[in-house]
Amino acid sequence: MTLIDKPSAAIPAPREITTKPRFSDRVFRTVVTSVGALSVTILTLIGLFLASQGFATFKEEGLSFITGFEWQQYTDESGQRVSNLGIGAMLIGTILVALVALVVAVPISVFCALYLTFYAPIKVKNALVTVIDLMASFPSILFGMWGYFVLMPSAEYWAKLINKYLGWIPVFDVKAPLFERSPFIAGLVLATMIIPIVTSVSREVFSQTPLDRIQAAYALGANKWSVIKTVVLPFGANGVVGGSMLGLGRALGETVAVFTVLNIVYAPNFEILFGAGGNVASHIIAYWSDATEYETGALLGAGFVLFIMTLLVNFTADFVVNRAVTKGK
Amino acid sequence: MTTTNLVTATPSRPWQKTPKEILPSILIYVGVAILVALIVEFTGFKGKLAYIGLFIPIGTIAQFFWARYKFGMKAAKDVVASSIMATGAIAVFIPVLSILLTTFIKGLPGISLELFTTDMGEASFTDPVGNGGLLHAIVGTLYLILLSIAISVPMGILTALYLTEIKGPGSRFIQFMVQAMSGVPSVVAGLFIFSAVILTTPLDTSGFVASLALSILMVPTVTRASQEVLLLIPNDLREAGLAMGATQWRTVAMIVVPAAKSGLVTASILGVARIAGETAPLIFTLGGADKLNPNPVSGIQGALPFYIWSGFRLGTEESVQRSWSAILVLLVIVLALFTLARVVGSKQKGARK
Repeated sequence: MTLIDKPSAAIPAPREITTKPRFSDRVFRTVVTSVGALSVTILTLIGLFLASQGFATFKEEGLSFITGFEWQQYTDESGQRVSNLGIGAMLIGTILVALVALVVAVPISVFCALYLTFYAPIKVKNALVTVIDLMASFPSILFGMWGYFVLMPSAEYWAKLINKYLGWIPVFDVKAPLFERSPFIAGLVLATMIIPIVTSVSREVFSQTPLDRIQAAYALGANKWSVIKTVVLPFGANGVVGGSMLGLGRALGETVAVFTVLNIVYAPNFEILFGAGGNVASHIIAYWSDATEYETGALLGAGFVLFIMTLLVNFTADFVVNRAVTKGK
Repeated sequence: MTTTNLVTATPSRPWQKTPKEILPSILIYVGVAILVALIVEFTGFKGKLAYIGLFIPIGTIAQFFWARYKFGMKAAKDVVASSIMATGAIAVFIPVLSILLTTFIKGLPGISLELFTTDMGEASFTDPVGNGGLLHAIVGTLYLILLSIAISVPMGILTALYLTEIKGPGSRFIQFMVQAMSGVPSVVAGLFIFSAVILTTPLDTSGFVASLALSILMVPTVTRASQEVLLLIPNDLREAGLAMGATQWRTVAMIVVPAAKSGLVTASILGVARIAGETAPLIFTLGGADKLNPNPVSGIQGALPFYIWSGFRLGTEESVQRSWSAILVLLVIVLALFTLARVVGSKQKGARK
């Protein structure tokens, strides 16, 4: 017969099991979460500050701030300020230059991405990927200087050729034979700037093409081009669209490179080979240094319009790319 | 002792083309090259680019007809497609090569020791190139880089930690916002800091204010690169930490972050490379000094991109030469950062194997 010994010490009370985080964890989570939320705050603040600074202009100019083709303000005899500020011409220029950049950059980038994914030997591939990453980290002023001093002489000659043989198409027509510093050349410079981003997004999407589909196509006797045409391109089309839109976002907001290359003239110009034009961003820095207080507000308002424009393009692009990338998984 | 007959298998590649199969296409390319040289010599097409511009299409067409004669239409299309794609790769490569070459050729004549020891306080951009130098701009750029690192690296890494470790209810939204932030045009970042800091607070243009503007561009780059690295850290490590009784804070601080250390360094370097050459925000926020300013938080500063910008806008021969030299210095800095990021990044990959 055994007797159970009396416990020599008091049994500790059962530990309370809880999912409540410790104090250190709470501090950690609060700090990290609040820093994480900062990006949202900053984006909101950018919108709020630029909009509030531009508010006076928006109120005074009304809708013609977006659609107006004039940028002038002066003080008349009675001391009244007369202003007529509108960024319409620059909006047209922005879209024109960005479109030229897209038309040139997207085919090159897609071909390069396809080459990298399906044709290139591994060494060539690694080298080219490094080159493209390097290209992405070049400063924009370097692109601008290169465009002005190196690309322009050649591009001017190409522009003359295009004008000579395709001049009957309205966009390739010119008012006067002035081919220097045209939106076409600025668009070419922008194209070299957005090639890295379009290429890398396209490459990422192409490389996620399901392998079984590729192998199935090969098994059916397809050659490389047929595989690309029937399997890879349909799969990756969305990603290419998204990548191009990311590039478009870059091209819309580019400042220094465009200012360096383009002949900034405040007038609507649809002729891409004619040496005059501008975009919103370069307009802002062109007028910045000798702007009056009211004009500064207007320029900040122009910055707000640019911000909203790029934000919309980028939102759409991210949405499209995310959908294209997750589809492959 | 018996000798055994050892048979070593020689690797064979039956799919590889034999010299006999390659020969015709080489002959075609040689023929096309001669034809192109004749065209450039005797017709209106001139210039270095004309060689490339004629060789690629004519060569492609020639290969197309050869492949069609030999293997049929499908193979011919395949040949054309592959040469178009290779052309795309060449078209990406040529500008990079041209940019690097131009910068070195045009920048080198202006490089001297004085460039790194004097500032522009007693010289003007239109002086002969020997007068004055880049000291103020280099110091200014270094200040900008250091201040931007101090602001953006903690912020970027903490945001990445929120997205990978906490995965809170807002993480999808914040992810979206970070991506949107990386698309903010640099001119907008400058305008924002101008209106939010210079117009509304007593602070005036200085290196610190400029680095605030640069940080807006740097944070998303650091966040996205860090996030990619943190996602690669195996979940087992985190679970092991928690199973040992560590709190989440200790797991992150002592396991996750040290494991991702070199990747996080790479992310920071990539961020620096992103902002080192930014010009547009500086126009609104830096002030653009000609003299060395040792104080990064007050008083106007100089910076390399700003110097390049001013030199280019003046447009005289001397000032443009100064710009090219400054751009060479800036490019060397960017190349060094880029190489550093690659070296550190490859170490990280090697360690995981």
